[in-house]
Amino acid sequence: MPGSGHPVVELDRVTFRWPGQSVDTVAIDELRIHAGEHLFVRGASGSGKTTLLNLLAGIHLPTTGAIRLLGEDLAALSASRRDQFRAEHIGVIFQQFNLLPYLTMLENVTVSSAFSRGRRRDKGAVQETARRLLTSLNLPDDLHASPVAELSVGQQQRVAVARALVGGPEILIADEPTSALDADNRDRFLDLLFREAEAQGCTLLFVSHDPALARRFGRVIELGESRELV
Amino acid sequence: MNLLRIALKSARFRRTSLILTVLSIAISVTLLLGVDVVRKEGKKSFLSTISQTDLIVGARSGPTNLLLYSVFHIGNATNNVTWDSYQTIAARDDVAWTVPLSLGDSHRGFRVVGTTPDYFEFYGYGNDKRLAFDRGEPFDEVYDTVLGADVARELGYEVGDEIVISHGLVSTEFSAHDNKPFTVTGILNKTSTPVDRSVLVSLAGIEAVHIDWQGGIREGLDLDADEALQFDLTPTSITAFMVGLDNKALTFRAQRDINEFENEPLSAILPGSTLAEFWRTISTVEQLLFVLSVFVLIAGLIGMLTTILSTLNERRREIAVLRAIGARPQSIVMLIVLETLFVVVMGCVVGVALLYGLLAFAGPFAARRFGVDIGLPWLDATQGLIMVSVIVGATLISLIPGFVAYRRSLQDGLAIKV
Repeated sequence: MPGSGHPVVELDRVTFRWPGQSVDTVAIDELRIHAGEHLFVRGASGSGKTTLLNLLAGIHLPTTGAIRLLGEDLAALSASRRDQFRAEHIGVIFQQFNLLPYLTMLENVTVSSAFSRGRRRDKGAVQETARRLLTSLNLPDDLHASPVAELSVGQQQRVAVARALVGGPEILIADEPTSALDADNRDRFLDLLFREAEAQGCTLLFVSHDPALARRFGRVIELGESRELV
Repeated sequence: MNLLRIALKSARFRRTSLILTVLSIAISVTLLLGVDVVRKEGKKSFLSTISQTDLIVGARSGPTNLLLYSVFHIGNATNNVTWDSYQTIAARDDVAWTVPLSLGDSHRGFRVVGTTPDYFEFYGYGNDKRLAFDRGEPFDEVYDTVLGADVARELGYEVGDEIVISHGLVSTEFSAHDNKPFTVTGILNKTSTPVDRSVLVSLAGIEAVHIDWQGGIREGLDLDADEALQFDLTPTSITAFMVGLDNKALTFRAQRDINEFENEPLSAILPGSTLAEFWRTISTVEQLLFVLSVFVLIAGLIGMLTTILSTLNERRREIAVLRAIGARPQSIVMLIVLETLFVVVMGCVVGVALLYGLLAFAGPFAARRFGVDIGLPWLDATQGLIMVSVIVGATLISLIPGFVAYRRSLQDGLAIKV
């Protein structure tokens, strides 16, 4: 892992303000997340959760301050290098999982290779990894070619996790992935997520408005005040 | 998995609205190409209806009118040409040949043309093509007839059959010359000219069936076929005649002489230039049609733009997902351009298929109704250009939704707003 010892995610005096607005949408004085940490980021809607997500993914650049991922200063990269960086080092799990309904299970997992130069070069390996990952997530071979629309919620969760993990990203970002789930499914999903993140040695950022989930994480921060609650 | 495959799969997922868009583009393309094909084919067929004939002479009238009734059998002559005048002109030194035409009767909707066997020798069409017999031979006796290809095919006649011709152009029981049937002696090859729809008989035959008629009404003396032959069957007048000259360079002089003919007012026209002139007058309609089809195309493209813009909303989720796995904003634009390209190319393919289907279906109808033969031509350079401009135009238009998606993907990023 590059720069072990260094934090995986470093934010220094980061602010973000939309053009024409008078208040910062995001203001984080300092945040360091170390390899393998599981961080819960809590924030009500409108607290700048989404903007923080876009900042971490390198889609927006901070108005002031610096964001370093794996020691790399995002502001120093070009826009397309940042897209590339995201493809290679960050996995994202969405609210309601957001699988692409027109692709099969396997295609949903391998689709990222369309945008990652490194992975495209090694197409067979991506297929292979994806299959192994799906199988290890209890999605047997004969399901791989089926359209995702036919899958159960539990199966969709696992495909979404597989898609986020397929490139072996160092950082895993989950954006309200449990908001549409009942308590049972939610707990099962969290178990799965922790297990897989640990197996891959991923650093996990879990963003949610739901304080009930916080107790399962080792570290919690509150957005809006960017204050650390332990 | 590359961008093209993602675009195709995504498009297939939203196929209902896209198929409708493909259809509307296809219809515009069919219209645009159709107008162009009909114009070119129509012109080619129209201009080759008659050739090798230097002059057509009839009673004084406008050139177009004379051309229409003598060659296309559309409308009627205002007056006839007397047999004497015809003889006088036919005897001129510079005249190589003449073929008289006597119109006015019909057989079950097909025009009857009274003429001489010279018709089969001198009537030229297309690129110096002559009439030829599919079977049988020219008429010889008074009650012989030769049928055009379409007449024989549509009415199922064979050499040796007997037919009855009607007085005037409407066939009724009352006006039939049923006491003097004609025997089919020959059937002509297909020419794609009005000849195909003609029933050709001798001038004497025309005289014979009219001998007991006066001014359109059958008179008391009811002569049968053999009795009619006892009379002098030389006509007193004909409708028009075709003229071939010895020296083409003197065509204009001959035309002027005939136009100034003393014994009766006559008109002589040059069939080639009259055809071209007439085509120019109807080409305004065809230009109007072309403009209309351009507007239909624009409507089709705007429809496509609307469809694609409206799908952007339902695609926000998809675009956010693609961005999350590393898609660049440019790739999102490419997805939309590729989809448009796919839709418009499909539209062109379906449009061309539709065009050929229509031509195959409507071509025979046009030949029957208007004497204009539209084949199944290969697409030419203009038509290729039309399709290329449709494709290029649509691709340019797709940059509008492409730009909207680009802006949005920059702004929304991973946030899914629905």
